[in-house]
Amino acid sequence: MHTTIQYMAAENTLAPAVSGDGGQALAEDSRDFAGTVGDVTVANPAMTARNVNVWYGEQQAIIDTSLDIGKSQVISMIGPSGCGKSTFIRCLNRMNDTIDSCRVTGDIRLEGQNIYDKKLDVVPLRAQVGMVFQKPNPFPKSIYDNVAYGPRIHGLAEDKQGVDEIVETSLSKAGLWDEVKDRLGEPGTGLSGGQQQRLCIARTIAVSPEVILMDEPCSALDPIATATIEELIDELRQHYAIAIVTHSMQQAARVSQRTAYFHLGRLIEVGATDDIFTNPGHRLTEDYITGRFG
Amino acid sequence: MNSHSDKRVRTIDRVNASLAERYARERRFRTAGLAAVSLGLLFVSFLFISIVGNGYTAFHQTKIALEVFFDPQQLDPDGRHDYDALTRADYGGLVKASMRNSFPAVKTRQEKRALYAMVSSGAAFELQHMVLADPSLIGTTQAVWLTADDDIDMLVKGHIDRSVPESERRVDDRTLAWVERLEQEGALKRRFNTAFFTNGDSREPELAGIAGAVMGSCYVLLVTLLLAFPIAVATAVYLEEFAPRNRWTDLIEVNINNLAAVPSIVFGLLGLAVFINFFGLPRSAALVGGLVLTLMTLPTIIIASRAALKSVPPSIREAALGVGASQQQTIFHHVLPLALPGMLTGTIIGMAQALGETAPLLMIGMVAFIVDIPGGALDPATVLPVQIFLWADSPERAFVERTSGAIMVLLFFLVTMNALAVVLRKRFERRW
Repeated sequence: MHTTIQYMAAENTLAPAVSGDGGQALAEDSRDFAGTVGDVTVANPAMTARNVNVWYGEQQAIIDTSLDIGKSQVISMIGPSGCGKSTFIRCLNRMNDTIDSCRVTGDIRLEGQNIYDKKLDVVPLRAQVGMVFQKPNPFPKSIYDNVAYGPRIHGLAEDKQGVDEIVETSLSKAGLWDEVKDRLGEPGTGLSGGQQQRLCIARTIAVSPEVILMDEPCSALDPIATATIEELIDELRQHYAIAIVTHSMQQAARVSQRTAYFHLGRLIEVGATDDIFTNPGHRLTEDYITGRFG
Repeated sequence: MNSHSDKRVRTIDRVNASLAERYARERRFRTAGLAAVSLGLLFVSFLFISIVGNGYTAFHQTKIALEVFFDPQQLDPDGRHDYDALTRADYGGLVKASMRNSFPAVKTRQEKRALYAMVSSGAAFELQHMVLADPSLIGTTQAVWLTADDDIDMLVKGHIDRSVPESERRVDDRTLAWVERLEQEGALKRRFNTAFFTNGDSREPELAGIAGAVMGSCYVLLVTLLLAFPIAVATAVYLEEFAPRNRWTDLIEVNINNLAAVPSIVFGLLGLAVFINFFGLPRSAALVGGLVLTLMTLPTIIIASRAALKSVPPSIREAALGVGASQQQTIFHHVLPLALPGMLTGTIIGMAQALGETAPLLMIGMVAFIVDIPGGALDPATVLPVQIFLWADSPERAFVERTSGAIMVLLFFLVTMNALAVVLRKRFERRW
């Protein structure tokens, strides 16, 4: 898993022309693109991304995208499949490092620190920017160990009692404590899908991150489990900045305060969720939310 | 509407028409598979029946009952029970005297020699053991069961046909008559053959055992396991998780895969050239055998371990990385425990392969005739498959059953190891 991330100086011009079919197609399809509609900045940002470009080999997946992730609010990323929304949030905690051919340029900052700085250690970064994945992926260990793993490797607790406390508060915040408090020793993989996903959220918040990234956290869950997770996201918003990728526009409308619409690697429009869904500023956004494609 | 339903009927008719042919094809395929499995089972059972049929008699040994007078004149003329004197005394003479007493009619030198030949040359050592263990036996007369010669053993077990003319038989009429007399007296019995499990190799089939070969195999496998498992796992983890993908790692990967297909005797030549001739390690030693088999099994274990590492779902790695585990923590806390059952299975399969290997060990001198049971990895030793090879090459009829007997022991170890692999896999298998 050797990574070949190269950091380049951010360019304020439009995305450089790229060779290969993907790049060509992107360039042509977005002929009428004249910059992101709406304000990409927020008053109180947890993370700021400026002029981010991402390549998978020759293929450009994100083109010149700037976006802020606001504190104590949920921003949802919507858009058709392959539009780059997952790629974008995976840049925010450098999960893309695990893909050999992936190359990221631009400027992404967490508390003023450029996270793609060569000297930056990804381990504390990922403790600060946690991630919940599409498919619930608890470790094949006990429920307790799943949550305790993060605090243990980061040394967040002095002793066993401290770990116990973190496990209890994390599971409580994730709304799972009452369901599992009598069987913390049972394997996490034995829980139902929705419980597993909440366990993964508990595991993420156990290391007290600033930002939580969620990559389609409900796409593998039934509607009731989805509703539980959505309520949970709404509660978590008070303590964390949350970025959620979703395929469901209803979900975006329900849980988020800001919405960003991605199309073919570009951030087309961003704004308050209510505005985007009632009064979209760009033709592509309107087409997408009215169901004309996607 | 009408035309639409017509079309649907036609579709279902077509499906029905093709159904019979489809099922027939599936049935034919199933039958072919079943036939292949049955044929395989047939051959396996044929193999087992033939080996067990040939070999089960190896676990019995014919014994002759003799009244032995432990003559103080011969054993201990001083009466001091001196250990050295007792060790050196003429026990063969005791056996001969007892045989003469049992068959008083035998007078001529030639006849006497034929008579003495009925008892194994090991009988003297059996008496020696008895006396050294309990010197108070001296001066008494005891009924003792002594090991019979291999020809007598074969005669009793029915491997020598008594009805053929004397000239075509290994046992002459005179001896046959003595044997029949002993059988009538009840002085000839088949006992469980402990010597087969406790003795080393011998030129006399009735004294030959597999203990030396089993110990040799144990030392060789121990050396192989201690070296091959850590090296292979470390290699697999490095190549799979840490190594950059470039021309060098590609080259290493291709070479490892090719090494798995190299004929094993080549590893024997390599071991001879490097370990014995260059490093000067002792010939025939289990250590060198273990080193050679390590080289041979490494590719197998590396390939199995890499496959096990690859099969760990990426979601587990992402989960660990996502909470801020370093790459090494991810591997050692999550990936390796999940890959371990696969690695262990690969290791045991590799060990089983090493246990059955003969050719490379011939090259490093483990084919020597070694009587002593090895006491360490540096002692001269042989291994089970080589012992089988040696016995299969011996002319005596009694070695035929011992060959099969040793094969049965080897198969027992192999089946046990493979069963262990299955159990380990089942036990440590985790779902995710």
